[in-house]
Amino acid sequence: MSATAHHQDNDFLFKYIFSTDHKMIAKQFFLTGSFMGLIGMLMSSIFRLQLGYPGESFPFLESFMGGWAPDGVLSPDKYLALVTLHGTIMVFFLLTAGLSGTFSNLLIPLQLGARDMASGFMNMLSYWFFFLSSCVMIASIFVEGGPASGGWTIYPPLSALPEAVPGSGMGMTLWIISMALFIVSSLLGSLNYIVTILNLRTKGMTMTRMPLTIWAFLVTAILGVLSFPVLFSAVLLLFFDRSFGTSFYLSDIYIAGQALEVEGGSPILYEHLFWFLGHPEVYIILLPALGITSEVVATNARKPIFGYRAMIGSILAIGFISFLVWGHHMFITGMNPFLGAVFTFTTLLVAIPSAVKVFNYLTTLWKGNIRFTPAMLFAIGLVSTFITGGLTGIILGDSALDINVHDTYFVVGHFHIVMGLSGTFGMISGIYHWFPKMYGRVMNKSLGYIHFWATIVTAYGIFFPMHFLGLAGVPRRYYANTEFPMFNEMYDINELITVFAIIAVASQGIFIFNIFYSMFKGQKSPQNPWESTTLEWTTPVEHIHGNWPGELPEVHRWAYDYSKPNIEEDFVPQTVPLREGEEDENH
Amino acid sequence: MMNLLIIAAIVLGIIALSKVVKVLEKASTVRGENTYTPTDKENKTQALLMPIFLLVYFAFIAWQLVAWGDRMLPMAASEHGIVIDKLMDTTWIIITPVFIVTHILLFYFAWKYAYDKNRKAQFFAHSNKLEMLWTAIPALVLLILILYGLSIWNDTMEPLTAEDEPVEIELYARQFDWTARYPGEDGKFGTADVRLIEGINMLGLDSTDENAWDDKYVKAEFVIPVNRPVQFYFRAQDVIHSAFMPHFRAQMNCVPGMTTRFNFVPTMTTAEMQEHLGDPEFHYQLLCNKICGAAHYNMGMEIKVVSEEEYIAWLAEQNEFLKVEGNTNTTAQTESNSQPSQGAEEVSSL
Ligand code: HEM
Ligand SMILES: [Cu+2]
Ligand SMILES: [Cu+2]
Repeated sequence: MSATAHHQDNDFLFKYIFSTDHKMIAKQFFLTGSFMGLIGMLMSSIFRLQLGYPGESFPFLESFMGGWAPDGVLSPDKYLALVTLHGTIMVFFLLTAGLSGTFSNLLIPLQLGARDMASGFMNMLSYWFFFLSSCVMIASIFVEGGPASGGWTIYPPLSALPEAVPGSGMGMTLWIISMALFIVSSLLGSLNYIVTILNLRTKGMTMTRMPLTIWAFLVTAILGVLSFPVLFSAVLLLFFDRSFGTSFYLSDIYIAGQALEVEGGSPILYEHLFWFLGHPEVYIILLPALGITSEVVATNARKPIFGYRAMIGSILAIGFISFLVWGHHMFITGMNPFLGAVFTFTTLLVAIPSAVKVFNYLTTLWKGNIRFTPAMLFAIGLVSTFITGGLTGIILGDSALDINVHDTYFVVGHFHIVMGLSGTFGMISGIYHWFPKMYGRVMNKSLGYIHFWATIVTAYGIFFPMHFLGLAGVPRRYYANTEFPMFNEMYDINELITVFAIIAVASQGIFIFNIFYSMFKGQKSPQNPWESTTLEWTTPVEHIHGNWPGELPEVHRWAYDYSKPNIEEDFVPQTVPLREGEEDENH
Repeated sequence: MMNLLIIAAIVLGIIALSKVVKVLEKASTVRGENTYTPTDKENKTQALLMPIFLLVYFAFIAWQLVAWGDRMLPMAASEHGIVIDKLMDTTWIIITPVFIVTHILLFYFAWKYAYDKNRKAQFFAHSNKLEMLWTAIPALVLLILILYGLSIWNDTMEPLTAEDEPVEIELYARQFDWTARYPGEDGKFGTADVRLIEGINMLGLDSTDENAWDDKYVKAEFVIPVNRPVQFYFRAQDVIHSAFMPHFRAQMNCVPGMTTRFNFVPTMTTAEMQEHLGDPEFHYQLLCNKICGAAHYNMGMEIKVVSEEEYIAWLAEQNEFLKVEGNTNTTAQTESNSQPSQGAEEVSSL
């Protein structure tokens, strides 16, 4: 090999693989996260098949899953394994790492006018820890006993005792290792985001001139830094219980014909630790999605986001309150009823800033001049799902009502709509919107339209009926609803949901095709395809190190000067100095 | 071979699709458009789809209500359940209009304010008045809901006292079945310990404890009297389970290592509910509602609510602990050498 070839090899390696450039890392997170999301989605279609047609044989399942689906029928413990991995992957890999990893990385330096993240090296490590974590999670599918099967919340003792369910053997160990790597990745990323936002803003970019995306990423990162370490300790103690004979979470257990020598631990302790992360996690998913929506809605309504300061206030309020509500997942664990009352109170408080956000979006659309790009459609879809799912949260957050809907399909319907759909809609909206920033080409809008309508129709078709199942008392994480006569009449609801689910999954094929088609063959993007005000659209289309060829841009105004009166253009970029007599809206 | 053909077909399909899309994109460039800014026509079409979607969405919900409305749980069969159902109705009455109005506004605005190049959006960046308004109104409504909800929560979770003369039952969960235990004549549950579990004694009752001798336990179905408070104690043997009795609006986790409680007053016997529903097959159901392993979906027990007299007669027929074959005092004596008592779980009676 000649010296130059060798040199080129290295270039390739450092440009595409071990890159410290935030734009490349964003793309790496995007592709890895989306790939995981695809797997999680395919898993849901497999277990949905079982729920829609319980016990029916689908020989093709056996042909690629082998012993997991003897005679083409998914086995009960592997059903639980798929549900567990589906939940884990969707929540953490797609909508935490995939969402924040892609857009925080891409947008924080670009929208703030920074040359890169505060620490490019830490940023690269963050990706590689995530990559490793994904590999370990995928590997856990193939080990003896199968992957973790205790639900994405992996409550002990089920997750602590291999005797309790096959997935609690090697698969569970790998789950814990994978999550530990994941948490390291998340912390490296989040610390970097926070430091970059606080320190690397360009001249004139005051905190209150930052786009709402950045505010959302900032609060998200703070939530992550404060809550993920708690999950880390929770799974570490679980690891000790499993491997070193401690009993943090175990007490008085008899299993597989034997009383265990464990005393004094409490599974409830695990639940507290888990949900101390688990609830903020919901907002780690939601806030970036809402941030993206704010940006997309303002740009495409050609109108300033309504109530910029109130939006910041609600992001901060939501972030703060989200640490005080974890107990609403535990109303019926036997906790002190007074404590339950406190958690009900704090939980319903979250509805106030959430309502403010919704009303502000509605007012932003009012008297706007709306361009229906695919990104805008998904942003509007997000507002709808956020309302629909948020309102049923008022039922679940009310401890008295939760008694009878807790852990039923009502919950599955609620969190998929408010978190799953809002999170994915926000992410998809961001992909359509910032694809030109990532790949220098625009995505095809006609395919985008088909994708949006197919997705929103099937999404509601899947998740709305689940509320009815829940109100009929159907528990979640059931392999089939065939064993109790009271659920006999639910079969056609289940079948309907499954049909919608299969169409939903299939229609994501349009999106995947669009991504790859546009990546290589899409139309080249101009510098500012959406006529936006923010700084990322002042960089050259081709990625360069350091983002701006010359000096860093200087910011003179807030991010939302759309359709400003007395100015001909319907947008004024942040880099344009204020004219004589013109006031910055936000001061 | 078949698989190969399918893969080949998919690959060909994708290639064909790319060609079609490419041609369409070329065509639009020729027309002077680009592939990303929505054209006037597209803006119009998408705008029109907004209210259409809204109607479809509302119609879908209405259809579900009509088609499935009668498959929901029947009226609550417990005192607190009736109150909870009222709270649920009130909550629906509050959130449904919010849902409808916000959705109408969302899709109406989207349709009404579609892009028109001759128009400019109104620069309307904030209004303290409006923002105050929609912070204050939700706050007020939520406050009412919170107070209403919490008063019901407190009543529901209120512990019973001896004056309530409750029927006491312990529900014991394990992979994958339930056992219901009654304290017997003495009104006291005997102590139990996981280390004593053996053979037929799957609750691990301590047969050296007098209180345990007359305890009674049943599987598959348990019986409670109507109109009398029932105090439940919940325990689990192996992993977390959850005792879910949807018809009574009752649920409580069963956690290894601790005893949890719930109480309610059943208001309708099984026979009355069967008559009410016109379904002679109906029975109340206890379900496991916390993921607990492969057969989680199949872990249940039937509940029968009967009159006080029937209950007394039924209970009298059940065997006492010591009379069940295999649970003899002598085995207990030898067992007790292993000194289980420090970890013993005491289920005290009231
Ligand atoms: C194609 C779309 C999807 C379908 C058809 C689907 C379906 C389902 C179903 C039916 C369950 C309940 C299974 C059971 O309880 O037995 C479930 C669980 C879950 N899903 Fe999804 N889902 C989809 C997308 C998502 C997304 C986007 C998220 C992201 C947040 C998500 C997160 C979860 C979580 C966290 C659980 C709980 C897992 C557990 O019980 O441990 N899903 N999904
Ligand atoms: Cu929560
Ligand atoms: Cu169970």
